[in-house]
Amino acid sequence: MSDVAERVKKIVVEHLGVEESKVTENASFIDDLGADSLDTVELVMAFEEEFQCEIPDDAAEKILTVKDAIAFINEHTK
Amino acid sequence: MTASTPILAGKRGLVMGVANDKSIAWGIAKACAAHGAELAFTYQGEPLLKRVRPLAESIGVSKLLDCDVMDGDSMDRAFDDLKETWGGLDFVVHAIAYSDKDELKGLYVDTSAENFKNTMMVSCYSFTDVCRRARPLLNTGGSLLTMSYYGAEQVMPHYNVMGVAKAALEASVRYLANDLGPEAVRVNAISAGPIRTLAASGIGDFRFILKWNEYNAPLRRNVTTDEVGNAAVYLLSDLSSGVTGEVHHVDSGYHTVGMVAPDSAPQIIDLLGGFKSAKPAG
Repeated sequence: MSDVAERVKKIVVEHLGVEESKVTENASFIDDLGADSLDTVELVMAFEEEFQCEIPDDAAEKILTVKDAIAFINEHTK
Repeated sequence: MTASTPILAGKRGLVMGVANDKSIAWGIAKACAAHGAELAFTYQGEPLLKRVRPLAESIGVSKLLDCDVMDGDSMDRAFDDLKETWGGLDFVVHAIAYSDKDELKGLYVDTSAENFKNTMMVSCYSFTDVCRRARPLLNTGGSLLTMSYYGAEQVMPHYNVMGVAKAALEASVRYLANDLGPEAVRVNAISAGPIRTLAASGIGDFRFILKWNEYNAPLRRNVTTDEVGNAAVYLLSDLSSGVTGEVHHVDSGYHTVGMVAPDSAPQIIDLLGGFKSAKPAG
């Protein structure tokens, strides 16, 4: 489980070019990490690729924070 | 020309539609640059410039033009810039499409008039408009290239109005080829297999579509943007000087098959077993 969190954070750090210390579980991609709307789509695509899962639009719209992403992935992958 | 001269040496091309490093236009741009072309990119506004600039710099492209294909003034400015700075042009790559993603699921029959118009304008008419604007700039042997998808020819799940627009785009390639042929300008399209791009993220069940193509295409895999890029180099170069009005499939051969590949049956059954349609509930 913590492995998922580590991998999610790594993707966020790399994609948004932010410091690792800022990527806390409660950090909001847009409000705290400076993501724009295209970044959020790109992040979801990166998560799908890393975890070999499909994140449908209605679910993707609810992934606003690092924690949301980790929770979705834990729920939908083994 | 000797064997060691790069295929696109001395040619100048405009690439429209790079959004990020997953873009098909980026795969084409990399291949063109690797084969000696000098390039300019268009981008649509600041959010895309942020993504396009580092990519452009990485292959030595410094000419970046802000251009929205639905804004006549911005199209004027982009082509005026090319005319002033380059004088001529050898090729254009058009990899631009748009549709409201709420209509890239569900039924085609429910397409709204507004989205039908927008989809057709951005995904089909913009290429005709680009050809018209490029025409006075094009050197002899000029090549114009757009991107299509198999959903133009056969029904694909969720592709809906985009399939209709791509069908119109492919028809327009033939009419444009006939108009511009006497001027020694060629017009072609590449029909690429499904690729995970920013644009494809709007298409429902895309992962299923990718897997289905992988299991059933003759090559038993999907294509990469680099492979589309290499095919584009051929169509943009003098190697294809006798080719125009063509829709060239870069899809692992998927468009040639008529039914499921029996040797892929176990994987396909597994895929279908885990399949949950993205069709909205209720």
